[in-house]
Amino acid sequence: MAILPELILLTGAFAFFVLSLFRQLDQVQLKNTAVCFGFLTFLGALISVRSEATLFFGSYQVDFYSQLFKLMIGFGLAVAMVFGRHLKDVDESIRPEYFMFLFLSTLGLTLLVSAVELVTIFISLELSSFAIYLLVPMRSDARGRRFQMEAGIKYILFGVMATGFMLFGMSYLFGLTGTTYLNEIVAGLRNAPEAAVVFAVVMVMAGFFFKMAVFPMHFWVPDVYQGAANETSGFIATVPKLAAVALLIRIISLSSDSTTIIYLLMFLALCSMFYGNLSALVQTDIKRMLGFSGIAHAGFIMLGLLTMDPAGYGIAIYYICGYVMMNMACFLVICNVSREGENLAIEDLKGLHKRQPVLALILALSLFALGGIPPFVGFMGKFMLLTGTLQAGGTENLIYLIVVILAAVNTAIAIFYYLSVVKAAYTSDADEELPPITVDGLNQAVGIGLVVLMLIMGSLPDTFVALADSAVKTMLLP
Amino acid sequence: MDNLIINQGFPLLSFLIFFPLAGAAVMLFFRDESFARFWTLAITTITALVSIPLVTGFDTTTARFQFVEAHAWIPRFNISYILGIDGISILLVMMTTFIMPFCVLASWRYIKTRVTPFMVCLLIMETSMLGVFMALDFVLFYILWEFMLIPMYLLIAIWGGPRKVYASIKFFLYTLAGSILLLVAIIALYLQNGSFFIPDMMWQNYSQTFQILVFLAFFLAFAIKVPMFPFHTWLPAAHVEAPTAGSVILASILLKMGTYGFLRFCLPITPDATFILAEPILWLSIAGIIYGGFTALAQSDMKKLIAYSSVGHMGFVTLGIFLLNTRGMEGAIMQMINHGVTTGALFLCVGMIYERTHSRELSVAAGVGRYMPWYVTFLVFFSLSSFGFPGTNSFIGEFLVLAGAFDVNVTLALAAIPGAVLAAAYMLRMLQRIVWGGTNNPDQSYLTDLNVREIITLTPFLIFVFWIGLKPQPFLDLMNTSVVALLEQLNTWQQHGVAMNMILQ
Repeated sequence: MAILPELILLTGAFAFFVLSLFRQLDQVQLKNTAVCFGFLTFLGALISVRSEATLFFGSYQVDFYSQLFKLMIGFGLAVAMVFGRHLKDVDESIRPEYFMFLFLSTLGLTLLVSAVELVTIFISLELSSFAIYLLVPMRSDARGRRFQMEAGIKYILFGVMATGFMLFGMSYLFGLTGTTYLNEIVAGLRNAPEAAVVFAVVMVMAGFFFKMAVFPMHFWVPDVYQGAANETSGFIATVPKLAAVALLIRIISLSSDSTTIIYLLMFLALCSMFYGNLSALVQTDIKRMLGFSGIAHAGFIMLGLLTMDPAGYGIAIYYICGYVMMNMACFLVICNVSREGENLAIEDLKGLHKRQPVLALILALSLFALGGIPPFVGFMGKFMLLTGTLQAGGTENLIYLIVVILAAVNTAIAIFYYLSVVKAAYTSDADEELPPITVDGLNQAVGIGLVVLMLIMGSLPDTFVALADSAVKTMLLP
Repeated sequence: MDNLIINQGFPLLSFLIFFPLAGAAVMLFFRDESFARFWTLAITTITALVSIPLVTGFDTTTARFQFVEAHAWIPRFNISYILGIDGISILLVMMTTFIMPFCVLASWRYIKTRVTPFMVCLLIMETSMLGVFMALDFVLFYILWEFMLIPMYLLIAIWGGPRKVYASIKFFLYTLAGSILLLVAIIALYLQNGSFFIPDMMWQNYSQTFQILVFLAFFLAFAIKVPMFPFHTWLPAAHVEAPTAGSVILASILLKMGTYGFLRFCLPITPDATFILAEPILWLSIAGIIYGGFTALAQSDMKKLIAYSSVGHMGFVTLGIFLLNTRGMEGAIMQMINHGVTTGALFLCVGMIYERTHSRELSVAAGVGRYMPWYVTFLVFFSLSSFGFPGTNSFIGEFLVLAGAFDVNVTLALAAIPGAVLAAAYMLRMLQRIVWGGTNNPDQSYLTDLNVREIITLTPFLIFVFWIGLKPQPFLDLMNTSVVALLEQLNTWQQHGVAMNMILQ
């Protein structure tokens, strides 16, 4: 029972492998299978959410912390399957393989959040990464487009580089402590020289900064988002970031309160916010814009991490969970508006309120939520992150105050580009008369459900943060 | 919690906040346009009627918060759902509930496309505006304060005039940028007090630097909302492009939130900073009064003219608040209500002309008095009220503020006088053009005079113009106790501070 979600994902991947062997394949059946396995994973994670176990010689820890993340990953996968099942821009012949790699990647992510040993972490991370690298160039090149290849190559090169950094850091950790188990590393690092610890921890974190798209490991983001099919970008932009946050929290708690790391994280957080928001201002492609906005949001999550305190980690988890929902809602709209899977410019959303009012509403509300307007989860998350950061520094500490003020200023910058999309969708009409968009009921229901969830999480955050808090505590106890 | 009178029985304030929201939710399921109009009118009217017990049940002898409802909301950060009103907020709450039905009436024919979403926006606006005036928890206040931007943005951006995109984004960005530092200030106050409960934050011994920083953060947010010179540039754009109902809401209620913020937060939370910074703010108010007057004099667009006149009128309000004496402050609160009534009515008048001529230019509307006698009768009264003609409501407010100013500083009072004269100049100029015009008036013979709906819309405003103008005492009684209590606490605080300084020396 403890590894039920993993088993379901593995079964799903095998099922798609078998399906890929058939020459003639019923596309509808394929889509339904994908959605089914998505929801099954979520269900499996839900069933096993309270299970606890230590497996594989102590390298695999099943506790509430990992199970909570698996629940969120399962939820993300289910939603991604709902809006991503049509795969408009992927050749029919390779769709089973596409799903197979997608499920393998998710499997890697679920393994990752349970991994408490360096080699296990590395293997799970590579399983999830390499499967995603393959998804990017699977976009159809029927119309002579090649930018998906460019995106794929960029993704893989940057990814390998990030992995290199991570391995280098891991070698330091091993060298300093003589073990690969995280709980033993924590004990071993207490007597180690601080400079070496900081270096090692930062190097290991770099690997996950890449996944989460934190400055300066963000360079792949805009091109990959733009080059990959809409459905793929929707997955890349959300689910892996959950696992990245889970692992960042694990790793950062190795470094017991080093001020160097705190200041470094502050610097990276501010750079991510400013870089992401300022670059997003000038984007015309909506996926690129969401990519840059994701960099800025990663900066906000760093604020939760740099408090170095369980409450701060809990808020970071709350925030990433909210971010995944908001972003998924946006990608759900993009995937449905895009008729043949082509990229959408912001201009293309003009007149959406007429063509498909429900999608327009979902888009507008999730963009306002991303922009941090109450009463949605985006506001509550930012509010709690800022409060937590200021609390961590104390009111007398000017550096924390400045960081908080600059982060708040970023909220104001960000709202401009979110508004420009709302403006296109709501206030202007399309230049030529475009046909209405039909959306199937499942997509509508899931989209509305996401918006309602954002609203509930934003207006009644206490339960959710308490959940995240107790998860962090179970992780920190041993 | 000794400064709260907990409400027993029916949760009146919560009902007022959530009833419009529930009404908006119901409309999502009905697409019929005329249903939307009648439904919204019914909802806003019921809200207005239900709010009447607030006045009849209001205890004018106490400065404590009344009708209070308190529930735990986010215990982790000590955030509660606390509502309550006192003498400062009751008039604003009443004005909000009573202006909304007329906003619906004013949009009856004006809004032709996407009627249902428009009405939903109006109702959501009402919810958040009432919440802002009632919230006693800073996070609740901030959430409603920010949330309001969405429906207001949509009101301007969807149903606005030709430059609606520019105006709406400017409005949104300006207000949002102003209030982000407010959020930081709120968090800083929380870290000092351990609670977001507003009365807990008042009259605490914060260090002077802290107070000044918090005051500046408050000031930026509220001054943009008021708007005070030189933060006013979003206002003319937003007013001109907004639909009539949007302009009325903006002028009558939204602007008051800034001055309400000064009264509710700046004075009691940061008293030392208030004493230090009152002087420059007084002069900024004077600058606003004069600047608003002169620019209004130069406008040929009626909405722009009234928008700039708002800058001047709101200058009187901030002037009255930072005089820090009873006359000034009561005058300021009166002036907030008066401006809401008079300017709201003026925007309604402009909207009625716009529905007929599809222009807001003075030259196009020249000489309509001949064909629309009813219309110009209303317009004349509201214009007289706008420049503070004795017997009308604004006279009371401006007189009190000026009398308060003479108590404090004669130079200051003299500097404000030209503003009152300018107000007469630009209003009479507008009246002359609209009622009589010149020899080259455009052909106005196709115009029809006001219909019954429009007369019903304007008459209550006229009643209030003369009611407040001729018998202001009931209105002053409502606020008097709270204002006196606030000033007493300020005085004690100041004397205490002086005594501390003497001991230290």
